[in-house]
Amino acid sequence: MNDSLIIAGRVFHSRLLMGTGKFASPQQMKEAMEASGAEIVTVALRRVELENPQDSILSIIDPGKYLLLPNTSGARDAGEAVRLARLARAAGCEPWVKLEVTPDPHHLLPDPVETLKAAETLVKEGFVVLPYMPADPVLAKRLEEVGTAAVMPLGSPIGSKQGLRTRDLLEIIIEGANVPVVVDAGLGAPSHAAEAMEVGADAVLVNTAIAVAGDPQAMAEAFKKGVAAGRQAFLAGIGRPQRMAEASSPLTGFLR
Amino acid sequence: MEFYHELQKYPWDEVEAWIESRTASHVETAVGTQPMQLENFLSLLSPAAEPFLEEMAQCSHRLTEQRFGKVINLFAPLYLSNVCTNRCAYCGFNADNPVARLTLTPEQVETEAKFIHEMGFRHLLLVSGDSPHIVTMEYLHAVLEKLRPLFASISIEIFPLDGGAYCKLIEHGVDGLTVFQETYHEDRYRDFHLSGKKRDFRWRLGTPERGGDAGFRRLGMGALLGLCNWRVEGFFLGLHARYLLRTFWKSHVSISFPRLRPAAGAYVPPSPVSDANMVQLLTALRLFLPDAGMVLSTRESPVFRDHLVPLGVTSMSAGSRTEPGGYAHDSDAEPQFEVADERPPRVVAEMIRSKGYDTVWKDWDPAFLHYSKAG
Repeated sequence: MNDSLIIAGRVFHSRLLMGTGKFASPQQMKEAMEASGAEIVTVALRRVELENPQDSILSIIDPGKYLLLPNTSGARDAGEAVRLARLARAAGCEPWVKLEVTPDPHHLLPDPVETLKAAETLVKEGFVVLPYMPADPVLAKRLEEVGTAAVMPLGSPIGSKQGLRTRDLLEIIIEGANVPVVVDAGLGAPSHAAEAMEVGADAVLVNTAIAVAGDPQAMAEAFKKGVAAGRQAFLAGIGRPQRMAEASSPLTGFLR
Repeated sequence: MEFYHELQKYPWDEVEAWIESRTASHVETAVGTQPMQLENFLSLLSPAAEPFLEEMAQCSHRLTEQRFGKVINLFAPLYLSNVCTNRCAYCGFNADNPVARLTLTPEQVETEAKFIHEMGFRHLLLVSGDSPHIVTMEYLHAVLEKLRPLFASISIEIFPLDGGAYCKLIEHGVDGLTVFQETYHEDRYRDFHLSGKKRDFRWRLGTPERGGDAGFRRLGMGALLGLCNWRVEGFFLGLHARYLLRTFWKSHVSISFPRLRPAAGAYVPPSPVSDANMVQLLTALRLFLPDAGMVLSTRESPVFRDHLVPLGVTSMSAGSRTEPGGYAHDSDAEPQFEVADERPPRVVAEMIRSKGYDTVWKDWDPAFLHYSKAG
């Protein structure tokens, strides 16, 4: 079965994206990346020295194996995010960017207005833009309209590991989306990732739950399986929960 | 509303009496409560909480790991000048002390900075005594010109300035402001600060607010531990930090724990703070403010610092020299305080990694600020 994730024309076999923050060591991060099967990994531009070939994070990400997706984490407004994205491209990164505009440095909740503004500018400049966003169906459509390559609504506050607290809104976003929907932030367990895939998300992004697990490598593998199971169930067709019982051998079946 | 008015709602003696009246059952309720109200915070600061240090430490560890990850940020201080017009009873820079005074030229600052950069640091804290006639805005601009290419983040810990001056410093590439209140006890404050501009309690207290208004991305604060009852000091520190977090919601707020330690020939702190007290203060603040950064300097001993790594600390200095010119120059200038942890940054980083934490040397980018050429 060919079930690939396609973003901006590029084909990926894994539907698990991984973040690289919060790990106890670059080595642990590397092992977790390998175990996760991820092909897209995000890196905070503020954490790395792009011009330094010995940078502790960049030096261990094999560009042949992973698409390095720089993110603009720390940007307070559209201007800052745009500047950072340009800087990454100028330093030789591919023109892909995970757009994060999070004026509040504690809960890192995305600013919808500034995110939309920045997305519009970056798309015009030729970037492939993947915006981190609140789970707002209208905003998802607005971002799609300005040309983002995907939308990345949050499942619950970042790092909170609370799972799909925004499930009802995510379902509306997924139903209406013409671009891949990547559920980002708040997924604390493989079951959360599976749930996101079951409701029809195209992919998920996980960081904290893997990075601060007792065994990050094992947790990365568990997420890989959760994502695969959820996707398989989605493709197999999940019956919706119903209020009334439905007999598998109906009594009036003979009338049909 | 200015924080000064908030402060006045809580008379020192009443807070002290309230803390003393807490019992074990108050503490038990408080430890697991999130979000935490002021009342519970007071319980965690009380003598009744002392038997619960392990529980508090476990909670603090979990919360910190969830919010900040398994990482410790590293930074280094660079002392520009030890010339000072203040007479602070506890400080090596006290104007009355007949010691060698030195203000680095911008060229000397650059040499020091290159040395610090070579050690791996990308976050720098500029420190100076209170000497606005020497450390002028022009001087600071000249210094920043030299430093900007070398560091991802530059913070200042110098004498309080007005909002306009802070705006200018931000334009020149400073992203963080640190100022310690020393003590929140307004009357005792005047006993410790005998003369100079620093005697003005309210001017100093309002400094983080002027900095927040100006747009600093990081606000650092702290009380000098040892001057007054640390439990009450801790309460006001938490209250102040919460005020700053709520008012300047786009800025990081971090708390430092400068502790005066009894030492031969040095200033004898009137209210000494033990290691256990420090742990109680740090973990209580973490439980009250899960998002605040916690900073530990080289004032503390290697053994104590090593043990504090998993308890809620998010940021540490290492290899610090607290006299101007101390890194790359043969300096005889008086240090601000005696460094207790003299290990080179490389060794401190190794220790941090051995505890299961990654060391973060860069967690900011100058491109965020508007002066960036990339824009």
